Amino acid sequence: MSANEKKYDIEKMRKAHKVLKEFSYELKPVVKGYNDRTLYINLATLEIREKPVPALMKKKFIGGKGYDLKLLWDAVSGDTRWDSPENEICIATGPIAGNTNYPGSGKSLVTTISPQTGIPIDSNVGGHFGPYLKFSGFDAMEIQGKADRDVLIYIDGNQGKVQIMEAPLEATDSHVVAEQLHEMFAANEREKQHLSVVSAGRGSEHAWIGCLNFSYWDKRRKLPRLKQAGRGGIGTVFRNKKIKAMVVKYSGLTGKSNNPVDMETLQKTGLKLHKEIISLDDKQCHMRTIGTAHLVEIMNDYDLLPTKNFRFGSHPDAKNLASWVWKDMFTQNVPDGCWFGCTMSCAHGIDNFELRTGPYKGHKVLVDGPEYETVGGCGSNPAIFDPKAVVEINFYCDTYGLDTISFGTLTGFIMDCYENGILNRERCGGLEMTWGNWEAALEMMHQIARGEGFGLIAGKGIKFMQEYFAKEYGADAQFLKDIGMHGKGLEQSEYQSKESLAQQGGYYLTNKGPQHDEAWLIFMDMVNNQIPTFEKKAEALHYFPMFRTWFGLMGLCKLPWNDVEPADNAKYPEPNKVPEHVQNYVDIYNAITGDKIDKEELIRQSERVYNFQRVFNLKMGHGKRVEDHPPYRAMGPVTVEEYESRAERYDKALKEKQNIDPTGKSTEEKIRLLRQYREAQYESLIDAVFKRRGWSKDGVPTVEHLKEIGMDLPEVIELVKKHL
Amino acid sequence: MKYLKTIAENCTGCNLCMSVCSKLYFKEDNPEKSAIRVHRAANGSYALSVCDQCRACVAECPTQAITVNKLGVVLINKALCINCLACVAACPTGTMMTWRGGLVPFKCIACDACAKECPSGALVTEIKED
Repeated sequence: MSANEKKYDIEKMRKAHKVLKEFSYELKPVVKGYNDRTLYINLATLEIREKPVPALMKKKFIGGKGYDLKLLWDAVSGDTRWDSPENEICIATGPIAGNTNYPGSGKSLVTTISPQTGIPIDSNVGGHFGPYLKFSGFDAMEIQGKADRDVLIYIDGNQGKVQIMEAPLEATDSHVVAEQLHEMFAANEREKQHLSVVSAGRGSEHAWIGCLNFSYWDKRRKLPRLKQAGRGGIGTVFRNKKIKAMVVKYSGLTGKSNNPVDMETLQKTGLKLHKEIISLDDKQCHMRTIGTAHLVEIMNDYDLLPTKNFRFGSHPDAKNLASWVWKDMFTQNVPDGCWFGCTMSCAHGIDNFELRTGPYKGHKVLVDGPEYETVGGCGSNPAIFDPKAVVEINFYCDTYGLDTISFGTLTGFIMDCYENGILNRERCGGLEMTWGNWEAALEMMHQIARGEGFGLIAGKGIKFMQEYFAKEYGADAQFLKDIGMHGKGLEQSEYQSKESLAQQGGYYLTNKGPQHDEAWLIFMDMVNNQIPTFEKKAEALHYFPMFRTWFGLMGLCKLPWNDVEPADNAKYPEPNKVPEHVQNYVDIYNAITGDKIDKEELIRQSERVYNFQRVFNLKMGHGKRVEDHPPYRAMGPVTVEEYESRAERYDKALKEKQNIDPTGKSTEEKIRLLRQYREAQYESLIDAVFKRRGWSKDGVPTVEHLKEIGMDLPEVIELVKKHL
Repeated sequence: MKYLKTIAENCTGCNLCMSVCSKLYFKEDNPEKSAIRVHRAANGSYALSVCDQCRACVAECPTQAITVNKLGVVLINKALCINCLACVAACPTGTMMTWRGGLVPFKCIACDACAKECPSGALVTEIKED
């Protein structure tokens, strides 16, 4: 790691800084979880100012993703594209964010118009930037315009100062620049923990799947850790604006920094969950020791772990990527929370990992993770079962500023195309993109970072490649559509949804594209059969996306909601909702803000923002039913090989669900019949979900519904009326 | 390591130790602010709970506000504490203390003040192997 090598000269870098603009603001305490002001920065005009949050915005949009979307809506028009100067990157927290005694209270929400989808993307990220931004005085920040050279944005929350400065000499890759800036802006060792850096990387400059890294200082390792706002190409927009990095400094954090109205309830509720996690985690999800990677063998056992571009859900070699492998590789084994006071502490790391490829070959680096999505995406899906290769892909994705989910899913797609003859060595610029070839996958990523060769095509994502391969190579567009695992342009995250109709909806009836953060219903649907009817599925596809949207309004992490459950959870009605934890959230929200919401109003708060985001998609020329369909591989077997690998299951489905005797029928015929049925089922699911969500058949929120939930802002009503 | 050893069978339940502790560190006679607690059991006997310097809290603290001094005593640096209470939850003996309204937890630092005052020989500061 550069930490040990210290090849850079901090003083030289500092001297090369030229302050282009400085802005001073009055320091004020946060009151009941809010600052009631946001920060606006324009990199083209060098304008920096604070904006008050109007009462109506606070009431309707609550915070976090709600604030982001409102600011972004006001900044863009329907013609805005990801690289238009008026596009913004918005970062917000929420009223609960920054609390130190309820686990999972340190999230930032980031939005922009995505290069991949053309609609707003929202990504939820740990690290210390958001909470420190909040305690520096701002509930959100928006960055508009483009700089003409690499700049650094510095927010000093103790002095009330914001600067834009030229930053020509710092590195671009995240693991280096984060370390440089922690060192540069800290007056002493202790202050390093009072800083956070946001950065992207060289990959973000050439790919549409760029991500942002949010740092926090790991005091035990004496290095910055990196958490990712991964989805939808926010890092791409960041580098397009020529932002090299952003730094925030805030010293003075306490358990009372939000100035809550009821500290006692806050402490009592937090302590209860701390104790629950510490006593039960070893018996439940092992988040403290393994993190989300504990899921690998479970998903493999249930045929849900994507392998070979989602053809299959399990693989004999998946044991090489199982939780015990990661447990052995993770070092230190100390609590590793990405925000203070998170006893769930799922952010694990591997120290002194020696890289085998690329510009940092031979360096011994600290790698954050891998988490489950990275193992599924960059491991099993492209059939890479060498754990060290997965760790190296993880490292380079992070430091180059590339989303591991999109990279993994698109690599699987490329390898599938390679096997099917759509691609070959020549078309891949000499890369042999065969299943499991991790060296080729990494070289493709290094090409992305260098901005050359096949990497430039791959880095634009599956949607782009589908069109490109059809046009340039005459590939079968329908086949590419069937096996290209994306929705709305965003690559699907790493669960097999073939046998769960509800999860197909959970993925593809989302606002931003197929990400699991809206609803994960596979076990409810497929294993426990708790939502057998369309109505019940629709209810789940209403409740869970709304409930989970609320985390994004608050600056909360989802994991402490149901990755630990009270020991007696099962004896209460609707245990899938983890009712005691839902009440915890109501209690801590009220304890901070002084508001008096209940669990129904919690859902209503989310519904307003969720529907607003759907209308925002309409504003951008999307957001209708036609874009809410999965590729068929997310619904059933596309190829003979897939069908025959699970013939018993599919034959049984034909018999039991369709009253069709499969005997004597060719596999092709059975695939056709099954597909006909499953696609019709999905249409019925859409009908039921849209009805439950208060949307028209075409997926447009109705005026009546918007009025009922209180999201009847004139500009919103005006827009939907054009589409109803 | 230095720690406060309790000999519960000698305890008469006079609660003087709690009084000494809270007065010394919080300037008030308040059992809620004592690092040692005397509990009366149903059979009339007494139980004493106090930190045995096991260090589970040291590993849990995200800001390294909790450290071990040369004598093996676990100490909290108030200036580094961000009041998350993770140490309170992690404490296996329930002796990382909090009081209502307080932000920073507190604990026994084996100062010997209570042991010196104990009239029945229920408390003694000792050294044991780490």
